[in-house]
Amino acid sequence: MINKRTNLMETLFHSCNLIFFLLIAFACTYPFYYILIYTISDPVKAAGGLLLLPKGLNFVNYEKLLQMNTLYSTVLISVLRTVIGTLITVACCTFFSYIVTKPELYFRKFIYRFVVITLYFNAGLIPWYLTMRYLHLDNNFLLYVLPSAISGFYIVLIKTYIEQLPAALEESAMIDGAGYWTVFQNIIVPLSMPIIATIAVFAAVGQWNAWQDNYFLVTKQSLQTLQVMLYNYLNSAAAMANVNPSDFLDKNVSHRLTPESIKMTMTMIVTLPILFVYPFMQRYFVKGIMLGAVKG
Amino acid sequence: MMVVPLLLLVIVFNYVPLFGWVYAFFKYKPGIPLSETPFAGLEYFRLLFGANSDIGNVLKNTLVMSFLNILTSPIPIVFAILLSELRGQKLKKFIQTITTVPYFISWIIVFSLVFSIFSFEGIFNTLLMQFGLIKDPINVLGNPSTAWYVQTAIVIWKSTGWSAIIYFAAIAGLDSQLFDAAKIDGAGRFRCIWHVTLPGLMPTFIVLLLLNVSNMLSNGFDQFFVFYNPMVADKLEVLDYYIYRVAFHGNDYPFATAVGMWKTLISIVLLFTVNKLAKKIRGQSII
Repeated sequence: MINKRTNLMETLFHSCNLIFFLLIAFACTYPFYYILIYTISDPVKAAGGLLLLPKGLNFVNYEKLLQMNTLYSTVLISVLRTVIGTLITVACCTFFSYIVTKPELYFRKFIYRFVVITLYFNAGLIPWYLTMRYLHLDNNFLLYVLPSAISGFYIVLIKTYIEQLPAALEESAMIDGAGYWTVFQNIIVPLSMPIIATIAVFAAVGQWNAWQDNYFLVTKQSLQTLQVMLYNYLNSAAAMANVNPSDFLDKNVSHRLTPESIKMTMTMIVTLPILFVYPFMQRYFVKGIMLGAVKG
Repeated sequence: MMVVPLLLLVIVFNYVPLFGWVYAFFKYKPGIPLSETPFAGLEYFRLLFGANSDIGNVLKNTLVMSFLNILTSPIPIVFAILLSELRGQKLKKFIQTITTVPYFISWIIVFSLVFSIFSFEGIFNTLLMQFGLIKDPINVLGNPSTAWYVQTAIVIWKSTGWSAIIYFAAIAGLDSQLFDAAKIDGAGRFRCIWHVTLPGLMPTFIVLLLLNVSNMLSNGFDQFFVFYNPMVADKLEVLDYYIYRVAFHGNDYPFATAVGMWKTLISIVLLFTVNKLAKKIRGQSII
């Protein structure tokens, strides 16, 4: 009898658990799905309310938005900053971490501390803003990729990883006459691929999502990123007015866009790259973060 | 040495801004070089604690938001434990992937999603009205009495899946012999969780909790920047946002710098205190 009861309890527990997680999964996906069906619906019909299926399926929102000239330069800037910024960050952080693992380096401990302290010591918004202006990084593409080149957090992660690699490999290469650079290129980098991939995902997502530097320091339209463009759409009616209304208003009434549908379509365009790339990357960083977490 | 250019980057972007703190001691106005601005001494710090400063309310909001976040910090543990009990590797992976997505989107996108669902024309109000539960649409994002909780809920939505990864890793790292032993002693599922899993996760939890405490004054800027609106202004103005508003709307750079400097210094004191505590509890420092 007891066995039967525990079995029942087991089934009950697992069903409740499953339902619980399905609800959570729903909560995490529905907002994205809702926006998606909104943007592929007829804008006017969608304003009346949507739930699970698009109404009057069409892609007029995307068509119209893609006709916008400013969109392309913005996408280009966002993609460029993500690609270049990620490459710079990964290269600098990996190399730096490698160097600080070398006992031959003078003041090794000090240099490492020097970088780690930046994790806790932050000058704040205003000094940052004034320094960037002083360095003439405002309205400059370098603003997007240089300040983020070295990050204390990534260096801690990579250094921990490199330190647990077998030292013998490196030594034998050195005996064979390889220099630091060769060792770094041919041994350290290939062996550190899991952590490098992790850092790359973080850095790329960070770059794609970044907007503060743009918002505070860049006034040039040609250097605008997608995030700030989206923010402007979401927030100011003025930005809406900046877009030539004839771009959006078709003579055909049924194909008219609503402010709501434009906002949502912009949101989708900014979100899609993450939604597409993310699932493929996830397995890398889960491993990487676990390595870091278990040790840290 | 090859390290020099990289070190230079660190100095320029992390240490040089620290010199910007001098602005807190001068009557700086944008456009006028520092050498021509009068020295203010500690005036701005006195202003900060003066009778007519609005820092009181800002500090209250900051601490309430932090407190709510600390209060909800066990949620990822529960999440991780329940997820590890879920049957099927594929399903687990799937749920994990889905629930971490929100962590990777910017606050601007989060705002857009939340707004499209909870605005007057959003799905939330439309549904409630259709079922006749309410007559007039509820203004979720503009209600001062629930603003703190709404923001906390959004943080939970955004970060629970992600925070759970660490606990998930910790659970996987637990000694399976402990579970076997507990089962032999007749422990059921809940007793196993209570006596084996939870104690095993405690060290990780405490470290993260302490880090949270040391970060109490920094709620982050993005979230409050995007969700700020006149109706909930009184409730959502936290330190990070206040600094921004004083500097860029009030054009008062020195005062904003003073607030920021004070914030950083307190945070560092907190960090070291908490670090000492961690050493005592765990015999291991966290920084």
